[in-house]
Amino acid sequence: MTPAVRFQKVSRHFGAVRAVDGVDLDVASGEFFAMLGPSGSGKTTCLRLIAGFEQPTAGSIEIFGERAEGVPPYRRNVNTVFQDYALFPHLNILDNVAYGLMVKGISKTDRYKEAEKALELVKLPGYGSRKPSQLSGGQRQRVALARALVNKPKVLLLDEPLGALDLKLREQMQEELKSLQRALGITFVFVTHDQGEALSMADRVAVFNNGGIVQQGTPQEIYRRPKTRFVADFVGSSNLLSPDLMASLGGERRWASLRPEAVRVASEGAEAVVENVSFLGAGTRLAVELGSARLHVMLPAGADVPDVGTPIRLSWNSQDIHYMDDAA
Amino acid sequence: MRSDRGQKSPLLLKVCAAGGLLFLHLPILLIFAYAFTTEEKSYQWPPPGLTLKWFAVAWNRADVWSALALSVQVACIATVIALVLGTLCAAAVSQTKFFGREAISLLVILPIALPGIVTGIALRSAFSLFDIPFSVWTIVLGHATFCVVVVYNNAVARFRRTSGSLIEASMDLGADGFQTFRHVILPNIGTALLAGGMLAFALSFDEVIVTTFTGGQQATLPIWMLEELIRPRQRPVTNVVAMLVVIVTFLPILAAYYLTRDGDQIAGSGK
Repeated sequence: MTPAVRFQKVSRHFGAVRAVDGVDLDVASGEFFAMLGPSGSGKTTCLRLIAGFEQPTAGSIEIFGERAEGVPPYRRNVNTVFQDYALFPHLNILDNVAYGLMVKGISKTDRYKEAEKALELVKLPGYGSRKPSQLSGGQRQRVALARALVNKPKVLLLDEPLGALDLKLREQMQEELKSLQRALGITFVFVTHDQGEALSMADRVAVFNNGGIVQQGTPQEIYRRPKTRFVADFVGSSNLLSPDLMASLGGERRWASLRPEAVRVASEGAEAVVENVSFLGAGTRLAVELGSARLHVMLPAGADVPDVGTPIRLSWNSQDIHYMDDAA
Repeated sequence: MRSDRGQKSPLLLKVCAAGGLLFLHLPILLIFAYAFTTEEKSYQWPPPGLTLKWFAVAWNRADVWSALALSVQVACIATVIALVLGTLCAAAVSQTKFFGREAISLLVILPIALPGIVTGIALRSAFSLFDIPFSVWTIVLGHATFCVVVVYNNAVARFRRTSGSLIEASMDLGADGFQTFRHVILPNIGTALLAGGMLAFALSFDEVIVTTFTGGQQATLPIWMLEELIRPRQRPVTNVVAMLVVIVTFLPILAAYYLTRDGDQIAGSGK
């Protein structure tokens, strides 16, 4: 099957700055794809390359098998939900949503009918006559979504779509976006710096750093088997074990990661001291000192919780130790 | 000040404020009053009698009409030039980054800071250097130098408040450059352009100094008035024309003021 988006050795340099450097990327049709990375890692530039706001310095981009280099944004069957939503302040909501159809020359009755349907899809029926300034942030986000979807894009691009929303709204929108994507079957490519968001929403994740992709895979792969120290660190929550510590524990002298829930408090094993105890509802998290390193241990609900300051012994299965490349 | 509402200001301050305003505007009323005087050779206070005949006289004088026609023509052309060039320049300076951007921004604004007499002399020397005969167009060129600034300043302020992603959003939704200009850029900067254009028109309409250097034998309305003051005959006609100039220049400025004031809401970004 033709991939929805294919990058082959794509670079985008701004003078001496290599914003994107030799990226290979395949986004499958109908996939929910996340581009995850810290700011300045090149993920947003990649999104803009797909949208057509940027042109690659080198390499080739294909969108559903068609060459995209040199094709302006208005001739691509791709639509974007902007980080600041970019709703037109002088138009009401209905005209905002109908904008794409209007510039294509579709008659007023037809385009308003489609726009109204799109507003229903994002659960804002009857909001058409309002101005963007009269809506809340969450509502504007939905309008931006409707304005993009009404054009029936082959690929929908979302630039930090939930960044400006508060936590509760963000969680709700995560679920809605996911079910919307499943219902429409459109390829979604979204950019985020929030690893939780990427892991919970995406079918596949590409982790960016310094203008390149460090690792691509399913959220489970990224979480369980981070390829490098950077990925383990950025995706977070895993314990990073230094080569020295690994050697002292009798393992290989290499960087390794160990998930907190894989660690058990046992009668024998590595000696550690409990530094902190946090009750998290579904479990209890211990912060322990192991030699000079600080580790997190996730105890399941109902397990015995040791007191702060008590010495304990930790054990884990050797297959839970995951060795990584040292590279960033 | 809103916070001072209800608080009484001292009487002395009120008197001073009233005095200041009177000082600014009483002379203008005097000009209006002399338009109705029966004494035609000198300005005499109080007017010996009141009459409306100078309106009829002004109406029938061909030189008034030709001066007015020239002024309107020059102001219109200069405004159109200023609108096109000022908007393009504002768009370039506010939407893109390029080498020398700050310098260009400064150079565009400079003509309004430069004394009119310097601009006038400079243009006159340039015209004679290139053997360009004086015409409507030389006056228009002179006026355009400062009209562009007014439009540029208005447009650049509005461009800066308009979110740059609006243009990208429009392109993303399938609009080409022209459609984006027509449906997104123009509605967002329209009132600023209208205001800038009106100010430019008003500036051009009452310009004297640059015009004396670039006009040759032809007289715009303000130049005609200046010449008329020297002649001790039918003086009140000048005052009738002065009233006209005040009205023609004041109304656009007032409109521009209201348009840009409301512009805050119109141009509020979609964030």
